Amino acid sequence: MDFELILRVYPFFLEAAWVTIELSVLTTILGLICGALGAAARMSRSAILRAIGATYVSIFRGTPALIQLFIFYFGGPQIGIQLDAFEAGVIGLGVNIGAYMAETMRGAIQSVDKGQTEAARTLGMSRWETMRKVVLPQAMRMMIRPLGVNINALIKGTALVAAISVIELTYTAQRYIGSTYKPFEMFLLSGALYMIIIYVVGQGINWLDRKARIT
Amino acid sequence: MGLDFSVVPSYFGVLLQGMGWTIAITIGAGLLSFFGGIIFAVAALYGHWVIRLPMRGFAWLFMGTPLLLQLFLIYFGLIQIGIDLPAFVAGVIGLGLHFAVYNSELIQASILAVDKGQYEGARTLGLSRGQTLRRIIIPQAVRAVIPPMGNNMIALLKDSALVSVIGVMELTLAAQQAISRTYRPFEFYLAAAFCYYIINLALEAGLRRLERRIAASR
Repeated sequence: MDFELILRVYPFFLEAAWVTIELSVLTTILGLICGALGAAARMSRSAILRAIGATYVSIFRGTPALIQLFIFYFGGPQIGIQLDAFEAGVIGLGVNIGAYMAETMRGAIQSVDKGQTEAARTLGMSRWETMRKVVLPQAMRMMIRPLGVNINALIKGTALVAAISVIELTYTAQRYIGSTYKPFEMFLLSGALYMIIIYVVGQGINWLDRKARIT
Repeated sequence: MGLDFSVVPSYFGVLLQGMGWTIAITIGAGLLSFFGGIIFAVAALYGHWVIRLPMRGFAWLFMGTPLLLQLFLIYFGLIQIGIDLPAFVAGVIGLGLHFAVYNSELIQASILAVDKGQYEGARTLGLSRGQTLRRIIIPQAVRAVIPPMGNNMIALLKDSALVSVIGVMELTLAAQQAISRTYRPFEFYLAAAFCYYIINLALEAGLRRLERRIAASR
């Protein structure tokens, strides 16, 4: 184990870890938006919206995220969408994880007891009111943990953008493996940073989950 | 530059070959992750602490870091210690080990959930500790987690695209090869996505049948 080397290169890895964090935050936001839209479409009363939602979820969960990323980045210019690698990374990963989050959200919403909806409707609430005031507050609490699982996968998934040369943790590790021939040291250094990020996010999710349970 | 899918059919053979390799990698890594998962689970639960502790550390590290990073470690790490494996083998080992760790977690929980009476009964009948595990506990435990292990297998198929990065000639790299000759990334990545989708549907259908058969045999 070459500790001297680790001490020499770790500032570059810290900088790269910030890019990974930025990617993770932006992807989470986009993923939640796509997920909410996807879940709403899948549970909509309109058959067309339901079909669109189902197609979105099926296609993006049924093909590799790496290919989706390549289509956004390399294929985009052909249909007039010019994105830099970071933007393509956020959009590609966000739309991908959104498909998984849509299923998580739908699962949580549908696990709310049907009697709740029936009772609210009987009391004269509209469909939308029932959803907003009765079903969603309960479903939100149930989706925190499973969404945390999605976010954990998403953080590790940001490594994929190394393949389109975004200078984040995995790309940096790969570059330093190439120039130093020390794969174990570089793996441990970048791996430790990933685990710190995942640990902190995990604690945040736990805190949210506990807080949601008390109220 | 517009889209022109008419170039795709002339590379049909290249894509088909890539598809074959993707299926081969998925099967190879799938088998490794299945048997590796069982071995890891048994070692983690019943092994001597000399085995158990490094095992925990290994599982912890592999579950907390990206697969792509692990593939780089295995491919370049093995070269560094003098083992120059073909990229295909390194890819299968990397994918297989990664998912073996996830399968192991499922199997461990499942082994612990097998009724204690089964263990006591088998021991009373004169089976040794190893026999009890091998013939009584593990078959039940593994069977109970076939559905979630199937989900891991589907994830494995999609993650097999990552081994293109270390130069394994599978579907993703086949598409890239076609792109480097035609400069048509959108068309060929879409074609590759379509191929993955087809394999994915076939795998899902196969897993559903397997689950039904297991449910029926209970």
